[in-house]
Amino acid sequence: MNTMRISFLGLVCSVLMVPAAFAGTLDTVKSQGFFNCGVSQGVPGFSNPDADGNWSGIDVDVCRAVSAAIFGDPDKVKYVPLTAKERFTALQAGEIDVLSRNTTWTLSRDAQIGLEFAGVNFYDGQGFMVRKDSGITSAMELDGASVCTNLGTTTELNMADFFRANGMAYEPVVFEKADEVVNAYDEGRCDTYTTDKSGLAAQRTKLADPDAHVVLPETISKEPLGPVVREGDGDWADVVRWSLNAMIEAEEFGLSQSNAKTECALTSNPVVARLCGKEGGTGAGLNLGDSWSYDIVTKVGNYGDVYEKHVGENTPVGLARAGSPNASYKNGGVLYAPPAR
Amino acid sequence: METDKSKIGSFLFNRSVQGVFYQLITLGLVALGIYYIVTNTARNMLERGLASGFHFLGVESQFDIGMTLIEYSPTSTYFDSFIVGLLNTLLVAGIGILFATIIGFTVGIMRLSSNWLIAKIAEAYVEILRNIPLLLQIFFWYFAVLRALPKPKQSLELYDSFFLNNRGLFIPDTVFGEGSSIIFYLLWLTIIISIGIFIWAKRRQNSTGERFPAFYVSTALILGTFFISLAATGFPVSFEYPELKGFNFKGGVKLIPELVALTFALAMYTASFIAEVVRGGIMAVSKGQTEAAKSVGLKQNLILRLIIIPQALRVIVPPLTNQYLNLTKNSSLAAAIAYPDLVLVFAGTALMQTGQAIEIIGMVMGVYLFLSLFTSLIMNLFNRFMKVDGER
Repeated sequence: MNTMRISFLGLVCSVLMVPAAFAGTLDTVKSQGFFNCGVSQGVPGFSNPDADGNWSGIDVDVCRAVSAAIFGDPDKVKYVPLTAKERFTALQAGEIDVLSRNTTWTLSRDAQIGLEFAGVNFYDGQGFMVRKDSGITSAMELDGASVCTNLGTTTELNMADFFRANGMAYEPVVFEKADEVVNAYDEGRCDTYTTDKSGLAAQRTKLADPDAHVVLPETISKEPLGPVVREGDGDWADVVRWSLNAMIEAEEFGLSQSNAKTECALTSNPVVARLCGKEGGTGAGLNLGDSWSYDIVTKVGNYGDVYEKHVGENTPVGLARAGSPNASYKNGGVLYAPPAR
Repeated sequence: METDKSKIGSFLFNRSVQGVFYQLITLGLVALGIYYIVTNTARNMLERGLASGFHFLGVESQFDIGMTLIEYSPTSTYFDSFIVGLLNTLLVAGIGILFATIIGFTVGIMRLSSNWLIAKIAEAYVEILRNIPLLLQIFFWYFAVLRALPKPKQSLELYDSFFLNNRGLFIPDTVFGEGSSIIFYLLWLTIIISIGIFIWAKRRQNSTGERFPAFYVSTALILGTFFISLAATGFPVSFEYPELKGFNFKGGVKLIPELVALTFALAMYTASFIAEVVRGGIMAVSKGQTEAAKSVGLKQNLILRLIIIPQALRVIVPPLTNQYLNLTKNSSLAAAIAYPDLVLVFAGTALMQTGQAIEIIGMVMGVYLFLSLFTSLIMNLFNRFMKVDGER
């Protein structure tokens, strides 16, 4: 009888404890003093842990910027490494608050699966990598090839589109984890490895002999990568969106991590003054302090600082920014942030 | 009045009435709990803008699958991708169960051999294979297979028609032409006749004690009819040979290395458990049975076939069913080495592209549940068939 009573009480308690709805993410984050950021399991330049478990990369810096905006400290973030397959479920289930894991913005993801994209922090496109000794110089020569790729990505759909559009046959070989894809390609299971070009550049560093491989010139898709939040929480989405926008606008107006202190003291430009938190009171609308954008620039950096530090030409990933879509719109790219006012 | 009251009292304090009452309450609470979970999930999904329902099954999938047993292209629907994944799972489970049974029975009997070397080899097999995690074994066989095999242009070949390389094993495909259907009808007919012969032979032996070589007669009947009908219809069967074109071989039948590695790993692993089940089953048959069989003059192989195995099977079949179920469920580890099974294709790619986790995972769980229950049913029927008359 006693056990029955206890199990009955247990049942009642568990029913009552299931949360029917969720409180605003920003309030929850402020009260618990940190937030959870979903990242990759290791893509150099984007989100990669070092030997001590410290994460770095341009995707990681989006989360650091959000942390700086809320707390004035870029390190109030817990990083959760996720596979491509796990990432959306983790976000929907509330395990993470921001997903910053080279995720492509598409209609179906935005509209169907309860996600909201907060912007684009890297414009990418899908490419192919082959062995140099195969003699292939163009993706149009890949008829009949075995193609290694990663499960749960837009890549799977793009390659199906590409081969179908060009009337070519292929054999997809789809792995769940990125490292298994690299391993199988390295072992010769596939003729080519396909993913976003930035991903190819990053993963190539993991191959046994990186110089024996070459990325083909064709780009077969548009891959705007950016941070994602749960749908239905506009305040939180705004914080993430404007943290990213502030980084881009700070670069446009010449405000960088190294000069922000002096610039902010001297400036007469109203845009810079707003970014410095001296005018305009932009923080109120976001439920943040007025120094939110100043904290981002001084503690994380502007977009250009972050790009050159993690994926620029002087890094192992080595992606030239000039001439790519990731250049500012003033330099022929498509990077353009709405005004932070 | 007095009596009525005491009647009600004794009714309320009746143990069986109380039992029913508490069961009803528990059932009601469980139903309430399920109702709450379902409505709560539905409301949260609506709030978070998650799509729901099964409409997606009719939508074009737009992705491709590496190995398909039915026609499939990116314009096929998500439901087709479900069927492709299901068939691939069934294929690997079916082949795996077949080989695991053969290897398992062989190793199990070897372990009981009086030959020291044979028994020790079997023991080593069992102890090594069953004590290493299956996922590691799958990786081992996959990368061992990949590394050992040559590239397509340096394929190993046999008679210009069988080719082996790191893209798979390529064998000629049989193409049945006009008029070949009659051959299959005859084949089925002879198989049915053979089953009849077996039943008749057993009855005759039971009543008269005379033996009839049913096995040889029916084999001769089936093969003979098959070849005579082939010749009579003018060999309407041709072969399509694999040919090296560009990157790879085209035409013929292709077995991808993922299938080979996965089946091999599953069969070898499960066989180590089956071997122990078989050994236990045989040892459960008392020694007196063997001695009695010897004393009536039966030969060694007949003792095994007629006396030991039928009795051992009654002990073997229930745990053997468990091993079959384990193998089927373990086949979902396929996702690790890119074999396009149900979990990889449907609970992987299709789930990612539609985001409808609840529907898809529900369907996949339903499939594994059905497969397991179906296997249990077959094995229970077999067990009933094997039981000794008069035994309960």
